Amino acid sequence: MSHDNTMNLTLHVWRQKGPKDTGKFEVYEAKDVSPDQSFLEMLDEVNEDLIKAGKDPIAFDHDCREGICGMCSQVINGLPHGGQDRTTVCQLHMRTFKNGDTIFIEPWRARAFPIVKDLVVDRAGLEGIIQAGGYTSAHTGGVADGNAILIPKDDADYAMDAAECIGCGACVAGCPNGSAMLFTSAKVSQLAVLPQGMAEAARRVCEMTEELQKQGFGNCTNHYECQASCPKGIDVKFIAKLNREYMKALFK
Amino acid sequence: MILDGKCPTGPIEKTWDKHRFDMKLVNPANKRKYKILVVGTGLAGGAAAASLGELGYNVEAFCYQDSPRRAHSIAAQGGINAAKNYPNDGDSIYRLFYDTIKGGDFRAREADVWRLAQVSNNIIDQCVAQGVPFARDYAGYLDNRSFGGAQVSRTFYARGQTGQQLLLGAYSALARQIKAGTVKMFSRTEMLDLIVVDGEAKGITVRDLATGEIRSHVGDAVVLCTGGYVNVFYLSTNAMGCSVTAAWKAHRKGAYFANPCYTQIHPTCIPQHGDKQSKLTLMSESLRNDGRCWVPKRQGDKRAPGEIPEEDRDYYLERKYPSFGNLAPRDIASRAAKEQCDDDRGVGPGGRGVYLDFAASIKRLSEDTIRERYGNLFEMYEKITDENAYKVPMRIYPAPHYSMGGLWVDYNCESNVPGLFVLGEANFSVHGANRLGASALMQGLADGYFVIPYTIANYLAKITPGKVKADNPECKKSVDDVTNDMKKLLSINGKKTVSEFHRELGKLMWNNVGMARSEASCKEAIKKIPEIREEFWKNVNVTGGPGEFNQQLENAGRVADFLEFAELMARDALYRDESCGGHFRVEHQMPDGEAKRDDEKFCHAAAWEFKGTNKEPELHIEPLKFENVHLAIRSYK
Repeated sequence: MSHDNTMNLTLHVWRQKGPKDTGKFEVYEAKDVSPDQSFLEMLDEVNEDLIKAGKDPIAFDHDCREGICGMCSQVINGLPHGGQDRTTVCQLHMRTFKNGDTIFIEPWRARAFPIVKDLVVDRAGLEGIIQAGGYTSAHTGGVADGNAILIPKDDADYAMDAAECIGCGACVAGCPNGSAMLFTSAKVSQLAVLPQGMAEAARRVCEMTEELQKQGFGNCTNHYECQASCPKGIDVKFIAKLNREYMKALFK
Repeated sequence: MILDGKCPTGPIEKTWDKHRFDMKLVNPANKRKYKILVVGTGLAGGAAAASLGELGYNVEAFCYQDSPRRAHSIAAQGGINAAKNYPNDGDSIYRLFYDTIKGGDFRAREADVWRLAQVSNNIIDQCVAQGVPFARDYAGYLDNRSFGGAQVSRTFYARGQTGQQLLLGAYSALARQIKAGTVKMFSRTEMLDLIVVDGEAKGITVRDLATGEIRSHVGDAVVLCTGGYVNVFYLSTNAMGCSVTAAWKAHRKGAYFANPCYTQIHPTCIPQHGDKQSKLTLMSESLRNDGRCWVPKRQGDKRAPGEIPEEDRDYYLERKYPSFGNLAPRDIASRAAKEQCDDDRGVGPGGRGVYLDFAASIKRLSEDTIRERYGNLFEMYEKITDENAYKVPMRIYPAPHYSMGGLWVDYNCESNVPGLFVLGEANFSVHGANRLGASALMQGLADGYFVIPYTIANYLAKITPGKVKADNPECKKSVDDVTNDMKKLLSINGKKTVSEFHRELGKLMWNNVGMARSEASCKEAIKKIPEIREEFWKNVNVTGGPGEFNQQLENAGRVADFLEFAELMARDALYRDESCGGHFRVEHQMPDGEAKRDDEKFCHAAAWEFKGTNKEPELHIEPLKFENVHLAIRSYK
């Protein structure tokens, strides 16, 4: 529905030229913001004004703007993706703010995510974790008929709940330890519950967990901030599943 | 020139098997001597890079996002088609082939479509083996649903995130090859030129988006999997970074661009809400399984939907197309929605919307069943519109979504430039003038997993590996050209922003070369596009420098290419003096408003050769033969 009540907002935005720059907050005014605009569309307008004033626009990652690609990554008022339930920054709409609000915008902050520029970070660490074992070693071609492997609906649903992870890294940004345990556990759990993934389950959980440490992510100490930060509502029960799979692997 | 699609001859059901045998092979021990550059890591590119790496080729893969997992294939919601016939409802390879040819309004190549239908079943098996969590029934069997343009249930799905799950499957296969060292991945890297040596594609020039470094990569073949071009309309369902750039650069280096006027306007998107909007959001076509499209019967009826009684509603798709009803193909459903709105019976702000109503299905099946099927879509709708679609009908309107046109390729997915292969949405091959729902995922994965591994060998077996080295003068020239383009963009220091130009172009294209086109509207576009382009190169303001992370510079390059491409698209729309599929020329319609083809004059693919900016392109034609499906007027009534 359309509204006529536009807003004026004050933004404190983290600006940092590159990985080695110290960075600081800069203050900007966002004027005549429509409640129907998305948060990123609001930032687009701020950037248009900056460009016209001959200033460097705010760099931020974004792509699909439908909440599925996992590219957008901002901490808004201290909460990854702005803290709305199951919502990415690109799906956060301005109707959740009110006229006169002050908004703090920061990048993902974690040791394993060095800053590229402003709000853009390098998430290569997450790639490393998947490369360590986040797959079944199925060859292209020569596989069985899809219905030759029966998967009970509950297992398929459980796998799908885990597989919904969009790899944005909000769990890491939300975690006081900068841990990627929720991210890792989602992939481990998806493949551990499916018959196709069971053959490699033990090796997978060990190698992915080891890689998580190598990439500079912290450890899990059960704060559950990851689940609260996750725009897809990935449940911490998958971390428990990872722990069980890890124990099983050790006794193998 | 008459183009040869190099289709195998003989009975259609034998063509792919025969061709696979006829093609040359590369010995396993020799494969590692060949380097293949794969650009784009969506379904087509991800699947191709993983499969080619696994075969033993030396692969380098590139994507502009920070991870190959983020390509826009990820946003596909509804599903993927395959001719498995698991529901026992009459499906077959032949029927999928037939539906796709008919759905494309008889403007695709028969042999390519047959192959697509044939390998569709392998794709499902492949994805299951990768651990893609497709929907299952309680007995553990794969579940299906229906999509537009088909009377069988052949669509496999993973909730409303099928594209995401299929892409993550391909991405995981790719990750495995990266770890194995057969694929080297270059993320945040954008292709900005094709390097052609002695008439063959031997490399690309890229910009590292994090550092601004411009460098060339050489190889023995280049595989473009860089998606479609509907961001030419500015507002579309594509991701913000989707562009025609890679395809356009290849076109400038000699690759023909086929049927650029074929664009798909998807019927079920969330209507535009304002002028500051950056993109449009799709609501999956699968919703039309259980949602009914309607508008008020009376013009200008401003009552709330709940206050309009049944007898005052027009379920226009069910009325016009009783046998397919709400599952009419996309081009037809989109035009029907536009027709209702043009007739002043549209709903919502500005009257540019129609209802998609779930009340009947909720009553029949329960709200929980609908939530189970489409929960995430209803959630997304509510986030954007602040409306609860379980209680009030959704409002939808057509939006640019997909491009059926693309670089011209032969049956081997090879362009007219030897060594340049084009897969997925970036090529023009299988969807004709209109793509059916759940067929894009099918094509991307078919090309990547099951076509390119065979056809590229046939090319590589004929050449000497590693012939072109990094010190080739063409590489230096290409790097210099790209560097100069960047410098030029940064030196203009004009008054208008990049996105202002993009919006201006998009509006012109939507009004003149959008859902309805005419001779006059195309001519006007052809006149105005060069004016916008000229102003762009005089008055654009691109901030920052070349040797740094600079999103304005990235966008400026993409918009500059759209400003050239748009003109070709308008020319093609003007040239194609008929209506077919998504290309609707108002001069050519049946008495009831359906698209009227002209098979005498236009039963061919129109492939354009670049002759220089501000010069008319040269037309080449590939005649289309229909030997298995008879050319007929498409009817969904």
